[in-house]
Amino acid sequence: MGQEWFSLDRLNVLIGVVVYTALLLYFIYQAKKGKELFVRKIAGLEAVDEAIGRATEMGKPILYIPGLSTISDVATLASLNILSKVAKKAAQYETRLIVPCTDPIVMPVCQEVVKAACLDGGRPDVYREEDIYYITYSQFGYVAAVDGIMVREKPATNFFLGMFWAESLILAETGASTGAIQIAGTDAISQLPFFITACDYTLIGEELYAASAYLSREPLSLGSLKGQDWTKLIIGGLVLTGVILSTFGLRFFANYFTTG
Amino acid sequence: MNLSPDPWVWLAALLTLCIYSFLYKDNPFYKAAEHLFVGLSAGYFLVIYWYNAVYPDMVVPLFKQGKLLCIIPGLLGLFFFFRFIPKVGWVSRWSIAFYIGVGAGMSIPATMQMRILEQMKGTMQPFFSLETWHVFVENPSLASFGALIGIPLMIVGVMCTLSYFFFSREHKGVLGGMSRIGIIFLMIGFGASFGYTVMARISLLIGRVQFLMSDWLGVID
Repeated sequence: MGQEWFSLDRLNVLIGVVVYTALLLYFIYQAKKGKELFVRKIAGLEAVDEAIGRATEMGKPILYIPGLSTISDVATLASLNILSKVAKKAAQYETRLIVPCTDPIVMPVCQEVVKAACLDGGRPDVYREEDIYYITYSQFGYVAAVDGIMVREKPATNFFLGMFWAESLILAETGASTGAIQIAGTDAISQLPFFITACDYTLIGEELYAASAYLSREPLSLGSLKGQDWTKLIIGGLVLTGVILSTFGLRFFANYFTTG
Repeated sequence: MNLSPDPWVWLAALLTLCIYSFLYKDNPFYKAAEHLFVGLSAGYFLVIYWYNAVYPDMVVPLFKQGKLLCIIPGLLGLFFFFRFIPKVGWVSRWSIAFYIGVGAGMSIPATMQMRILEQMKGTMQPFFSLETWHVFVENPSLASFGALIGIPLMIVGVMCTLSYFFFSREHKGVLGGMSRIGIIFLMIGFGASFGYTVMARISLLIGRVQFLMSDWLGVID
């Protein structure tokens, strides 16, 4: 028996992906044409410059944790976008940036991102490859090492942006105990409470994805963000329609969203 | 007191105490345990990757079964090592690009299915149900009241929370009101999650203390 090339059970998934992609492409096109696209203020991001400036004034390094997930995780990709902006600013201020990694593939990407950011900031000379290093793939081995870095290097600013698991509170608590200003962001719902409790600013869920667009103002990121917003509007409209129809006993609409 | 004669239990207990000593402040015992942990885990995962991925997924199919297609992922993996040669370090970007591309391509349909469509379907519930209303009227209790308001609360919560993550408009007027309600829903959820996880962490601590008191010192059964 050969496998099917096209699964009709997942037609709704295809439609969803096509609509979403079309919206993204449309808004990216609009942004590239030069259309002004508004993005509301995100509190945590307003503090990024302040946090980097604080490290510069204190003459202490910045610690950037890009999460503990792999490079294919959306949160890691969003984190790398923000890392680029942080690294550029840090390079311009000549502030040391430490990026310990737990994933061996994320590490070279971080190195590339920081190197490009230093170049972009006009300071390729301040790039220090030895500050972006691999520790271990073990979750708590990594945490033990990062805690050690926090208490010994005493970074003035800690960024925890990306995907986190049970280590989030240990990292954030140790960072808070060293007196560092802390900016966190993750789409891991179960870890957000810990960051909200122990960090100065927290990017909640999708704010992490919006952050890179907000910081960079690049047409590609802004267009993507707009596309996502419109997708949310459509989702909201569809959910309301489904709720109204279901209230009157009509479940056929909701059943269209069943996936195989 | 019935001290354990097992040297491995002693080692585990002493390392546990070394790690806990960090609660006081950074010290040489913690540093020793930290470096041991990091070094051991790095070596351990190297071996794990060799036996769980490289050997069964590349070495065996390529060299024992003659599956030549495995050369492609093998080469992509080897490309990472080009980073050690600055002149051709750019070759490693091919592997990274392939990895990110495949990862994104595989995760987009799965995310659309599980995190969007299924969630949408789950939210499309009747806002008001006569059945739960009758149950509440006939047997007014906290449980029946919860069943009555549960779904309307969920729908309002979803819509308001969704509006909080709308970035294209300032959060003023109706959108501002909705997003403020949304953030309240979020914080209530986070609070519940926080309490639940703290309880789980305390049970981990209990497990460790039990190990020290029972397996090592033997002061409790």
